[in-house]
Amino acid sequence: MFWKRTLPVAIAFIFGIIGVALYYIPHQVAQDGLNTFNGWLRIIQGFALFIGFASLLRLHWTKMKRKSEGWGYSIFVFIGFIVTIGFSLYNEGHYFLESRVSDGKVDWIYLNIVYPATSTMFAMLAFFVASAAFRTFRARSVEAAILLIAAVIVMFGKTPFAAMISDSIPEFAQWLLAVPNLAVKRALYFGICLGSISTSLRIIFGIERSYLGGE
Amino acid sequence: MKLIGFLRLLILSMALGLGTAYAVPDLPDDFTAMDTPDDAGYSATLSWSVVPGETADMEYVIEVAENQDGPWYQAAAIPATLSHRTNFPGIYGFADDNINYHALNIDTYAVPSQEEIGQVDKVRLKNGQDYFFKLSSRMDGTSSDTFRVVKTQVYGNYFSMRKLNNFIIMLFVAFFVLFFIFKAKRNPGKLFLRKISGLDAVDEALGRATEMGKPVFFIHGIATMAEIPTIASINILSRVAQKVAEFDTTLKVTNYDPIVMAVSQETVKEAYVKEGRPDAFVQENVSLTAADQFSYAAAVDGMMVREKPAANFFMGTFFAESLLLSETGASTGAIQIAGTDSYTQLPFFVTTCDYTLMGEELYAASAYLSREPKLLGSIKGQDMGKAALIVLIIVGSILSSFGVEFLTHLLKSM
Repeated sequence: MFWKRTLPVAIAFIFGIIGVALYYIPHQVAQDGLNTFNGWLRIIQGFALFIGFASLLRLHWTKMKRKSEGWGYSIFVFIGFIVTIGFSLYNEGHYFLESRVSDGKVDWIYLNIVYPATSTMFAMLAFFVASAAFRTFRARSVEAAILLIAAVIVMFGKTPFAAMISDSIPEFAQWLLAVPNLAVKRALYFGICLGSISTSLRIIFGIERSYLGGE
Repeated sequence: MKLIGFLRLLILSMALGLGTAYAVPDLPDDFTAMDTPDDAGYSATLSWSVVPGETADMEYVIEVAENQDGPWYQAAAIPATLSHRTNFPGIYGFADDNINYHALNIDTYAVPSQEEIGQVDKVRLKNGQDYFFKLSSRMDGTSSDTFRVVKTQVYGNYFSMRKLNNFIIMLFVAFFVLFFIFKAKRNPGKLFLRKISGLDAVDEALGRATEMGKPVFFIHGIATMAEIPTIASINILSRVAQKVAEFDTTLKVTNYDPIVMAVSQETVKEAYVKEGRPDAFVQENVSLTAADQFSYAAAVDGMMVREKPAANFFMGTFFAESLLLSETGASTGAIQIAGTDSYTQLPFFVTTCDYTLMGEELYAASAYLSREPKLLGSIKGQDMGKAALIVLIIVGSILSSFGVEFLTHLLKSM
């Protein structure tokens, strides 16, 4: 009970209070403390990365072993992992004790494989937007109809044709963004800030313990 | 005649030019220096009155020395028409006559480089050290005959007074939240919470997954464990995992961050233990999916298409991957519940998901699902804080409309 409940709650309380205090203390001692905590976080992050990779590889190894659906893709996970780690450790003949050599094989892999692949995913977003917009803009309710009209005005107002017809159209489109849209955004933001404070207090004072597996 | 006229004009122009060069206004007598408040130190703030006759081509020069006898090193040279107290509301407030005073922060000064002749090194002011600041002026390369010298010490501060308004509001909201938590503890069952459809649908989604014999996907956002939305999503995961364990269906949790993964594994495991089903917990079902934004989106999309989950939960902070994930989920026919504080992504989730928890609903979800009085009390406290803010906004808007900026300035972040 002590290790699984009391200690984590006590740590959350102490570091929660320190975290809040550091925000209001500009003194160098406080800032140095914050940097130290951030350093600890980076160390934990480094160890956690090993756990993460171990989890990823175990998952794909199990998939390959069981010949689960799509197990062939798991082979590429291992190939990618081994090749990238191998070239990183080799470091163009300087090995891993020296700083990474730029423009080497790892950079080549990033620029010629990872970068185009992620860019492709990002580019696909355009088609996803079109698909989602088509579904949303079917004016089946009053709300959907308002959304449709507002979206058409804003989209059209941002094109050069709108200003050619009338200066009022881009102005109205901008008004929609700057007034009703911004008002709603701010309302949401207030709720988010208050929710953050409330959640933080619940965790700092040990009232919310679901992150420890429930009450 | 023309030549003589031209020479006269030339002599007159030269005389006027020389006249301007020597017409450097007198320096004010109220030159002051002080430690810059609300900072870690290493900085002094200087101030002096605006004097009549200042022009854009006139400069004020600030020099620094550790002894009154020098050596003096230049710290700044600013055009005389710039840098007023109005630029430093955190120090000088919003007084109307701030425009009648110059103000300047000094944190470094230039000393001749020991290594390269003709170059200068920037030296930072040291905490606890006395410094002398000299104010002089110059115009067209001609310096004023007079100067002013003041002395101060710079040091770090232990409380940022410019964050006092923020601190008071934080205490105020914290008081409300804690008050209602303790009130709810004493009188459970007297709290009303409005219906949140997205959370009422959790049971429906999990029931559907159980009936169909298909898995439930819990998809974390791409923020780290240090972000509050991630903590809120972990709280929701715990409640969902308990119900999943109760319904005996499969829960798969996709993670972007290894620490979030480790916390999720423990949370799900504990939830299964709590429901008396530790044997049903499969560690591989809570794994790191990818540690790159679009790789994560691609991997989760692939999982959705292959495994056709009955329900998808998107919880946490999302960016451009939100639509890639939720649209793919929608195309597989899964019932989808999203919860995020990323208001730029909300339209995408509203479009593609069956239910969306917007902003604060994400934080309220854990309390709503658990129905624990203490947690519900915190929601009530949060709502009281919101009500107080609404009143402040309305009163502030009215006062501001009538030109009374007191409340606006009081609540301003500086």
